[in-house]
Amino acid sequence: MSETAIRPKLVASSAGDRLRKAAPLLLAPVMALAGLIAIADPATWLTLTVAGLAMGLMIFIMASGLTVVFGLMDVINFGHGAFVSVGAFVGFTVLAWLTGWTENPAVMMNLAAVFLAILASMAVTGVLGLAFERVIVAPVYGHHLKQILVTMGGLIVAQQLIHVVWGPDAIHVARPQTLRGSVIVFDAVIEKYRLFAVAIGLVLFLGMRHVLKSTKVGLLVRAGVENGEMVEALGYRIRRLFLVVFMVGSALAGLGGVMWGLYNETITAHMGSELMVLVFIVVIIGGLGSIEGCFIGALLVGLLSNYMTFLAPKVALVSTIALMVGVLMWRPEGLYPVVKAK
Amino acid sequence: MADPLLTLSGVHTHIGPYHILQGVDLVVPRGGVSVLLGRNGAGKSTTLRTIMGLLKPSAGEIRFDGNSIGGTPTPAISRAGIAYVPENMGIFSDLTVGENMQLAATQGPFDPTRLSWIKELFPPIATFWDKAAGTLSGGQKQMLAVARAIIEPRRLILIDEPSKGLAPAIISAMTRALGELKETDTTILLVEQNFAMASALGDTVSVMDDGRVVHAGAMAELAGDAGMQERLMGLSLEVHQ
Repeated sequence: MSETAIRPKLVASSAGDRLRKAAPLLLAPVMALAGLIAIADPATWLTLTVAGLAMGLMIFIMASGLTVVFGLMDVINFGHGAFVSVGAFVGFTVLAWLTGWTENPAVMMNLAAVFLAILASMAVTGVLGLAFERVIVAPVYGHHLKQILVTMGGLIVAQQLIHVVWGPDAIHVARPQTLRGSVIVFDAVIEKYRLFAVAIGLVLFLGMRHVLKSTKVGLLVRAGVENGEMVEALGYRIRRLFLVVFMVGSALAGLGGVMWGLYNETITAHMGSELMVLVFIVVIIGGLGSIEGCFIGALLVGLLSNYMTFLAPKVALVSTIALMVGVLMWRPEGLYPVVKAK
Repeated sequence: MADPLLTLSGVHTHIGPYHILQGVDLVVPRGGVSVLLGRNGAGKSTTLRTIMGLLKPSAGEIRFDGNSIGGTPTPAISRAGIAYVPENMGIFSDLTVGENMQLAATQGPFDPTRLSWIKELFPPIATFWDKAAGTLSGGQKQMLAVARAIIEPRRLILIDEPSKGLAPAIISAMTRALGELKETDTTILLVEQNFAMASALGDTVSVMDDGRVVHAGAMAELAGDAGMQERLMGLSLEVHQ
């Protein structure tokens, strides 16, 4: 074929195309800049920006699993919030057992307690995710309405089980000593825990990017999001892959629950379902199935919520919805819609 | 015909309420190219999807190398040695050309000799190895789809309308590439509406109409008999006008 083949050529993308592709990356910096102009005080702006990034990254942790689950298997899981709540309760239980460690001034003991709480939470919610997928989600593949109904039902059952196991009241647990208080950076007061949350969120995002871009499992997930049937035709069992992704997504929701619980130092059985509003907004803004879009959407939601709470508290309540509407008017399928083969 | 590689006996397939395959009998001998012809909607693509396990047959038997594969999950059929190039090519647009090829190499790292042969067969594979597959032209995507199917030795390759939507020059190039592939003793079941391409490649031919095989024989016989072509392919058009 080579002697008569059409000479390979690739039409270079235009500057407009490149700008369109890169534009979402500029949104968070532009929003931060707009916040600086509106707030006018750099120290206050820095405090709010770190708070916004921390909030955004915690939401990203919860939303990332949901968006990949949707992209890979077209499953709308309204029960995702159950894993957030259960994760928080398991994590807080472990922290309560380790009070001696969390009240100790030694940094390593404090961090060890938090990481043990996170590990326990992710393990329990991962296993719970396995059971949830097998019992609740598997029978309703391909039926969106049924998925909404049964996963909502699963969420309610999980909330009631939390009441049974941990009681109906909110639980309060103080953060470990190392993560209490603030540091002063350029005259800005920044909570230590928020810096911790930013660090965890960024490490997780970079880790997920690495797995998705540089490993065979990541390739399979990305390919499966686009065309699951073809992945099967190449010889891979996508059902098994989906199960793993569902478990990881549930475990990440559990991690998000612990992080959010430590952020507020109070948890309730309903915290997961309450957070789902923000999580769905982030997933929709980012484009269903897109990790990068989810990350940018989470940062936008976190920054906007914090800026608006400072600038116009009454408007803050609707600002994230307005943001979603604005993004969808600009890009109806979200910032980075995942190409779906039909 | 002794010991065929693939046989379909009385295969029926439903898609929702529609009864698409209505008793397909098909024999694919070992080696060479078997062509499946027929008008739009005759059931050619559904036949390939049923063989691949993407659609479950409601009746009938499919045997591959003597073993029944009807109703077997798609990944197991793929691992038994059947590759599939769908009509829409099934390219992962978000992945690079290299990543598309990597996913198709299910048995481990690439065989360097085979990869070189494929790059020679389809030069765009080498040229655009690190580019997103979604940026390729239609012809280049078709080359990638076929390249992906042959990155490891397969016993049977199902190819669904590789000429669809391609420019004549690309079709000629694809025909030559598939001809070269045929020389490697790979068995190909080719669904094609472009009769020039089909007759250039095919050793045997089956013609489908209304979910059944209405003719099976040597391609040379059909290619040399204009009356038979008119009767088999023209008949279908008349009936459904």
